[in-house]
Amino acid sequence: MEKLLEILNELDESINWEQETALIDDRLIDSFGVISLVSELEDAFDIEIEAVELIPANFNSVDALWAMIHRLQED
Amino acid sequence: MAYHSTLYLLAFLPIVLLLYQIVPQRWRWSLLLGASYFYFWSFSGVLVLYLAGTTLFVAGIGRCLHRMKLRCKEEAKTLERAERSQYKKRCHRRERQLLTVSIIVLVGVLGYLKYANFLIENTNSLLAALHIQVSMATRKIMVPIGVSFYTLEAIGYLVDVYWEKIPGNEPLGKVALFLGFFPQTMEGPIAMYEQTADDIWAGKPLKLQQLGDGAVRIFWGLFKKIIIADRLAVAANELFDHFTDYHGVMIVVAAVFYTVQLYMEFSGCMDIVIGSGQLFGICLPENFNQPFVSRNPAEFWRRWHMSLGVWFRTYIFYPVSTSGLVKKWTKFARKKLGKQASKVGVSALALFPVWMCNGLWHGASWNYIFYGVYYFVLLLGSVILEPVRERVLQVTGADETAAYWKVSQILKTWVIIVTGELFFRANGIRAGLIMFTSMFRSFSLSPLCDGSLLALGLEWTDYVIVAAGCLAVAVVGSIREHQRLGGRRLLELPRPIGWGLCLALILSVVIFGAYGVGYQQVDLIYAGF
Repeated sequence: MEKLLEILNELDESINWEQETALIDDRLIDSFGVISLVSELEDAFDIEIEAVELIPANFNSVDALWAMIHRLQED
Repeated sequence: MAYHSTLYLLAFLPIVLLLYQIVPQRWRWSLLLGASYFYFWSFSGVLVLYLAGTTLFVAGIGRCLHRMKLRCKEEAKTLERAERSQYKKRCHRRERQLLTVSIIVLVGVLGYLKYANFLIENTNSLLAALHIQVSMATRKIMVPIGVSFYTLEAIGYLVDVYWEKIPGNEPLGKVALFLGFFPQTMEGPIAMYEQTADDIWAGKPLKLQQLGDGAVRIFWGLFKKIIIADRLAVAANELFDHFTDYHGVMIVVAAVFYTVQLYMEFSGCMDIVIGSGQLFGICLPENFNQPFVSRNPAEFWRRWHMSLGVWFRTYIFYPVSTSGLVKKWTKFARKKLGKQASKVGVSALALFPVWMCNGLWHGASWNYIFYGVYYFVLLLGSVILEPVRERVLQVTGADETAAYWKVSQILKTWVIIVTGELFFRANGIRAGLIMFTSMFRSFSLSPLCDGSLLALGLEWTDYVIVAAGCLAVAVVGSIREHQRLGGRRLLELPRPIGWGLCLALILSVVIFGAYGVGYQQVDLIYAGF
C-alpha cells in the first residue's frame, strides 16, 4: 500500500489520496491521469492492466486500486 | 414518423403504450420488438434486414465467444499453474482473433453503406489529377436509418462479451431489443448493453408517475425543437445556402444560429427519446449536460453527445492507450524524454484514432473529417501547452475559481465550438473555408441592427421567442445540473406551481411552435448520421 501511495503522490501531491472515494467521479483524475497511473502501476506491481479494467469502480479510491492490483496479481 | 411528428406522438406511441399495458408481462418484450421493427421498417422498408442481420451476427458471435471462454476455463482447471497461464494466453488470442474479424465485418458493412461512394469519388478525383484515364462508377446505395448508432452498439456488445462484462449467451430477443429499441433508432443515445438491455427486456408495468415524467420530458423536447430549433433553421439555412451573399458579422450569426439550432434540436430529440423510454419505465442514458458552460473543448465533449464520447473513450481511447505499442512508447519516453513528452506522445497516439473516427462517424464528407481533426488539434494542443498554462497562472497569480476567469474560459470555448460548427454545417470544406475567411471581410456590427436579420425569413417576434426560449433552457439546465429544487421532479413541486409550469410548457409548444405558413417541418439533423 505504501508503494501505491508513493506513486499516487508523485502523480499529484495536492490530492488527499487516502480520503478521496470519488477520484474519477469528481474528476480529480482525468483519462490522461488514468493512463499515466496504469503505466506506473504495471511497472511497480508487475501486472498487466487491460482496457476492461479502466472503469471508475477500479480507480475511484486507493482501496479500489489496491483491490484491483491484488486481483490482477493473483490472475 | 420522426419523433417530433404528430404520427409518432399521437398515434404510434399511444398505441404501443396501450398494447404494452394490455399484453401479459412475459410477452411485452415481443410487443416492443415488433413495434421497433415496424418503426424501423416505416423509414427504411426492406433495409430492416440489415438490422436483423447485424442482430443475428452479434448474438451468434457473442455465443461463440461465451462458449470459448467456458471451455477455456474448464480446461484450465485441469492444468498445472505454469501451463494454465500459457493455455489462457492461447485462448485469449483465439478470442481476440474472432472479435477482430467480427468488428471488421461490422465496420466493413457500415463502411460500404456510408463511405463507398465517397471513396470512389475521391479516388476518381485523384486519378484525374494524375491524368490517369480510369473512372469508377458510383453506386446507388440505400442506407438504413440509424446504421451508425446500432453498429456502435453492436461492436460495444461484442467487446463487452470479450471483456466478460456481460455473459454473451443472452437471449436473441433481448439482443434484438437492445439494438433496435424504437426510441433510440434515429439518434441514439448509444447505450451499452448493461445500461439498458435488462430494463427494456423486463416488461415492467406502466406507472402513473413515469407516464407523467415521460410526458413532461417529451414536451420539453418539443419546446426546444419546435419553438427554438425550427425557427433558427429558417435563418441558418438561408445564410449557409447563400453564403456567398454574406460576410463579416452575418457569418458569425450563421455559425451561432446553427450551433444553437443543432443543440436545441439534438438535445430536444434526446428529451423526446428519453421521455419515450420513461413512459415504459426504461431509463436511457443522458446525452447532454449543459455543454455551453464548458471551460475547454475537453469539458465540452464530456457534456455534448455524451454517449458517443463514452463509447469512443471505452472502446477506442482506452484500448489504444493500453495497447502494446503505446505502453512501449510510454516506458521509453518516460525514461528518455520526461513525463510531459510521454504524455504528449500517448495523447497523440490515442486521440488521433478517436477524433478521426468521430469525424468519419458523422458522415462521408471532408468537412466532418476536418471537424474531427479540428478537435484533435485543439485537444492535443491543450496537452502540449499545459505546462505553459500552469506557468502563466503562477506568474500572473490568476485565480482559476474567480468568476472573471471562468467567464473568459467559457467565452473562449464558445468561440471554439461555434467555429467548429461553422465547418460542420458548411456545404463542403471549400464553402467552410470561404465562410471562415469572409467573416473577417468588411467586419461591422451594423447588420445586427440595420434590418439585415429581418431579411433571413424571421420576424422580430421570432427573435424574441427564440431568446426567451434559450433563457428558459439555460435556467432549467442550471436547475437540473445543480439540483436547485433538491432533486425534486417538476410534478413533485407544490401542485399550483408544478401543474402551472406543465400547463405553460404545453401551451407554449402549441402557441409558439414553428408551424403553419412560412414554416416547414424540419428533419432531424442527426437522423442523417
